[in-house]
Amino acid sequence: MIDVSVSLGALKMPSFIATASGTFGYGFEYVGAVDYSKLGAVTAKGIRVEPWPGNSMPRHCEVPGGLINAIGLQGTGVEHFLSITVPWYRMQVPSVPIIANIWGDSVESYARVAAKLGGAVDALEMNVSCPNVKAGGHTFGQDPKILAEVVSAVRKETKLPLLVKLAPNVPSIAPYVKACEDSGADALSLINTIPAMAIDIEKRRPVLANVSGGLSGRCVHPVAVKMVYEAYRVTKLPILAMGGVYNAKDAIELFLAGASAVAVGTSLFTDPGVVSSVYDGVVDYCSRHGFSAVRELTGALN
Amino acid sequence: MTDEKCSVLEHVDVGGGYRRLKVASPAIVKDVQAGQFVHVRVPQLDESSLRRPFSVFDAGDGVLTLLYKEVGRGTKALGLVKAGDEINILGPLGHGFPSKASGTALLVGGGYGVAPLYLLAKMLLKNSSAKVKLFVGGRTAADILALDEFRQLGIEVFPATNDGSLGEKGLVTVPLDKEIAALSASSAPFEIFACGPDPMLKAVSERAISSGAKGWISMDRHMICGVGACYACIQKTVRGNSRCCIEGPVFAAEDLVWE
Ligand SMILES: Cc1cc2nc3c(=O)[nH]c(=O)nc-3n(C[C@H](O)[C@H](O)[C@H](O)COP(=O)(O)OP(=O)(O)OC[C@H]3O[C@@H](n4cnc5c(N)ncnc54)[C@H](O)[C@@H]3O)c2cc1C
Ligand SMILES: Cc1cc2nc3c(=O)[nH]c(=O)nc-3n(C[C@H](O)[C@H](O)[C@H](O)COP(=O)(O)O)c2cc1C
Ligand code: FES
Repeated sequence: MIDVSVSLGALKMPSFIATASGTFGYGFEYVGAVDYSKLGAVTAKGIRVEPWPGNSMPRHCEVPGGLINAIGLQGTGVEHFLSITVPWYRMQVPSVPIIANIWGDSVESYARVAAKLGGAVDALEMNVSCPNVKAGGHTFGQDPKILAEVVSAVRKETKLPLLVKLAPNVPSIAPYVKACEDSGADALSLINTIPAMAIDIEKRRPVLANVSGGLSGRCVHPVAVKMVYEAYRVTKLPILAMGGVYNAKDAIELFLAGASAVAVGTSLFTDPGVVSSVYDGVVDYCSRHGFSAVRELTGALN
Repeated sequence: MTDEKCSVLEHVDVGGGYRRLKVASPAIVKDVQAGQFVHVRVPQLDESSLRRPFSVFDAGDGVLTLLYKEVGRGTKALGLVKAGDEINILGPLGHGFPSKASGTALLVGGGYGVAPLYLLAKMLLKNSSAKVKLFVGGRTAADILALDEFRQLGIEVFPATNDGSLGEKGLVTVPLDKEIAALSASSAPFEIFACGPDPMLKAVSERAISSGAKGWISMDRHMICGVGACYACIQKTVRGNSRCCIEGPVFAAEDLVWE
């Protein structure tokens, strides 16, 4: 028997596979199509304090090897999340931990949503790829100083395991990793989507109403492997790795690069069975290669 | 909802760029409602291509039938599927049409929009004493689909084509307006059920609302997940940004907000 449990700081995951925020709704939408017994955690869609309508349509387009999305973080706000969504999730999916993905447009708004969530979920993941309205629209995740500020502010408000989800579009990941470490993060999530754009050449207009969006899926996987590899070399924080995981090989690459757990995202849209096939494939790999626990794969490069 | 591995029973060209696909799908067919849809993984597309959504045309005896038009990359590739192949289909998805109606049920379709109306007609005839009439529009006679099957259900059919090659010349609203006027004049109760291109649906919604009849409108929005998880498929409604795949695809006419 291979031990499939892993942990991200104090977050104990019964298995090494999670779902990526924004691709798995609030966790219960895929009941019937996904084998939840093989999931270690679900990450809910991003929430902030107030409801938010999201972007105009079209919000996505298919591109070779992936998907560009500009959903724009539509959500009903934290009150609704706490009173309706979380209880419903716990009823539908009693055995899988839920990570709330939080966002805001100011340091205070991140802190507020974290405070309101209290202990209602099992962990928090901060999406820092949002524009900081008070600082001219630069994202929180693109300035190590502001990143440290926002992570510290959230840390003060929560005792939950705290993950910080980093953007891949930075020249070097090290200063951001350090900022997270110094401000009390328990783990890192890597990677968020990559800024991207598509143009409809017949209409001579951007395809997305939002003009640009975030690239995910098959084509971003090698970027994820590199970011995880670089982050692992400079930190002891555990890494939840994601980006184009379609099969066990993709997941194992991320483990070897330094991940402690992996998440599936865009691949679920084509094949909800990816949870099972990745799980079975990783377990099989461990038996073939003489590993007795999936956690032994972390950083196990020769 | 199940992601079912379905074996293809029959796949035929029905002319005009339309095809009919029949698959063995006992799990999905078991609890399908008219107006629901399925999300099809097209086997010939690579793993990072999204699924394609299609209405349920017919469902019974473990067999699911789709009626679709080739419009792009996915539907072209789907055309290569042969009897005996296996394809993954996720369904049944979304909220369909009510399965009962009072008075006369006016079914209005355009192009492949007639697809969900066939199972609907069967359900309405089975579950209620409603009289069912079909109004169907298209550019030309080749866009008017499955007329014989609708007629075999014993319902009256009113086609309209832009070029006059079949039925009335003009939009589907030409015969529809005559019927609404006749029903309204005799104060006979009726409900409208529609699926097709947006401009047609908008015109039909306006008619349902102005005549005080219930209108059930099936919307077509580009989708990613099909199960309510990604928020890509937004339809504006009186409740805000609704997800077409789960809060729809069938909406009450008075709930829709047109842009
Ligand atoms: C609820 C619902 C029911 C539908 N029922 C039917 C049906 O019964 N018969 C039928 O022929 N068609 C139906 N459609 C439309 C069908 O999904 C599209 O024609 C199909 O996805 C086009 O794929 P493509 O790759 O050939 O086109 P492309 O234009 O190459 O597709 C590119 C992308 O856009 C999406 N897309 C393009 N056109 C549409 C569209 N009109 N609606 C939704 N997504 C689109 C595709 O899924 C794909 O992700 C339905 C759509 C919805 C939302
Ligand atoms: C439709 C969609 C919505 C997303 N929404 C969020 C979100 O709300 N918060 C967040 O941190 N990441 C969000 N992401 C990013 C994913 O969680 C993930 O980091 C990224 O897609 C890479 O993984 P993948 O290639 O497996 O999808 C979203 C991605 C997609 C495709
Ligand atoms: S397609 Fe994902 S929410 Fe509708």
